[in-house]
Amino acid sequence: MQGIHDLGGRDGFGLLEVEKDEPAFHHRWEAAVFAMMFAAGRAGATGNSDRFRHAIERIDPAAYLEDSYYGRWLGGLETLFVEAGLLTQEAIDEKAQRLGAPADARVASRPQSPPDPIVGYEASGCRRDLSTEPRFALGDAVQTTLASSAGHTRLPAYARGRPGRITAQHGGWVFPDTHAHGAGEQPAHLYTVAFEGQDLWGPGSEPGVVVHLDLFEPYLLPRKEAP
Amino acid sequence: MSHDHDHDHETLSGAALRAEALEALLLEKGVLDPSEVDAVIANYGERVGPLNGARVVARAWSDEAYRQRLLADGTAAAAELDIVGGPGGQMERLVVVENSSTVHNVVVCTLCSCYPWALLGLPPRWYKDPAYRSRVVREPRAVLREFGLEVPADKALKVWDSSAEVRYLVLPERPEGTEGFSEEQLAALVPREAMIGVAVLKALAGEGA
Repeated sequence: MQGIHDLGGRDGFGLLEVEKDEPAFHHRWEAAVFAMMFAAGRAGATGNSDRFRHAIERIDPAAYLEDSYYGRWLGGLETLFVEAGLLTQEAIDEKAQRLGAPADARVASRPQSPPDPIVGYEASGCRRDLSTEPRFALGDAVQTTLASSAGHTRLPAYARGRPGRITAQHGGWVFPDTHAHGAGEQPAHLYTVAFEGQDLWGPGSEPGVVVHLDLFEPYLLPRKEAP
Repeated sequence: MSHDHDHDHETLSGAALRAEALEALLLEKGVLDPSEVDAVIANYGERVGPLNGARVVARAWSDEAYRQRLLADGTAAAAELDIVGGPGGQMERLVVVENSSTVHNVVVCTLCSCYPWALLGLPPRWYKDPAYRSRVVREPRAVLREFGLEVPADKALKVWDSSAEVRYLVLPERPEGTEGFSEEQLAALVPREAMIGVAVLKALAGEGA
């Protein structure tokens, strides 16, 4: 999905704000969110990292921008706990209001009903041996697909339909686009693909820039180079 | 920026209340243990920091054979220094990219905030903010300038957008004036920012300089 999380190349976010000697957590609640992320995993609410990432990218877009990193996790975690049937949105609302939250406070969480099946990993880690040969070799010219997925994907919008070149092969990995939705690991070959800055951002963009992305084989098509 | 401060404070309290509510419900259900939050603060606030990454860099600067192993297989080379991923550590495939006189590297995750936790600890806030994630793939030279780093126009600029489970670490150039330094002394010089690629190490002033 081309959600608010898909930030590469967007304009309007202003200058960087760099904090000196930043603490690991700015507030206790951020650490609590971190601990609840582990708890969600233990309780079987998360399933896998791809599903967690997708729960975060599904939160309310305004909350995504306003709530900071751990606020985004919080929205994703609420979604996971509700979709797993462990809590209800109403119970969380009620508790938050009893703690002082206004009744019309924005709620980031966006649980689906019915939710996708919650499926864990078939083995540890995300690397998987594949019996199929990789379709692309080092140095191959490729083109990314233009198709936008309605669900989770790891092909950023800024790199869709663009020409690139394979610079590394990483073997088989769990495919996030299916795994996030409980549709199985369906491992795919993973590659690093280099894109010239000008092919992403046009002729007026900064010179001498190459952007690398780690892309799964289903995102890639062969590209014929001009002789 | 200062004009955003009050606004930030408001939204943070909103999330803080919501987090408190969720925490209370999970404690009631026995899904969360009361000691866990303190454990997270102790573990991630103090124990895991950028020191592991700095040790890797210092070893690579001191030992040419190690440097080559590191560039060939980052995960295995980090494991030589007992740095392993574990759950959430995100070290299944570490790729180390080397800065040189002709190439500068910088790392981002535009889709979320993927980061080599096992080497660098938790990411700084700017790394997770929309400004960095949106801009560094499009105008990396301008972004680095805001960090105080001017990359010459004739130096190639490689951006690594961590879009899968591969994690990236930048191997900075060893600064001049560090000849004869021990690995420990070298590691103490390497800031987190240099291993993300938004800073470089400046030459140390020699004796009497």
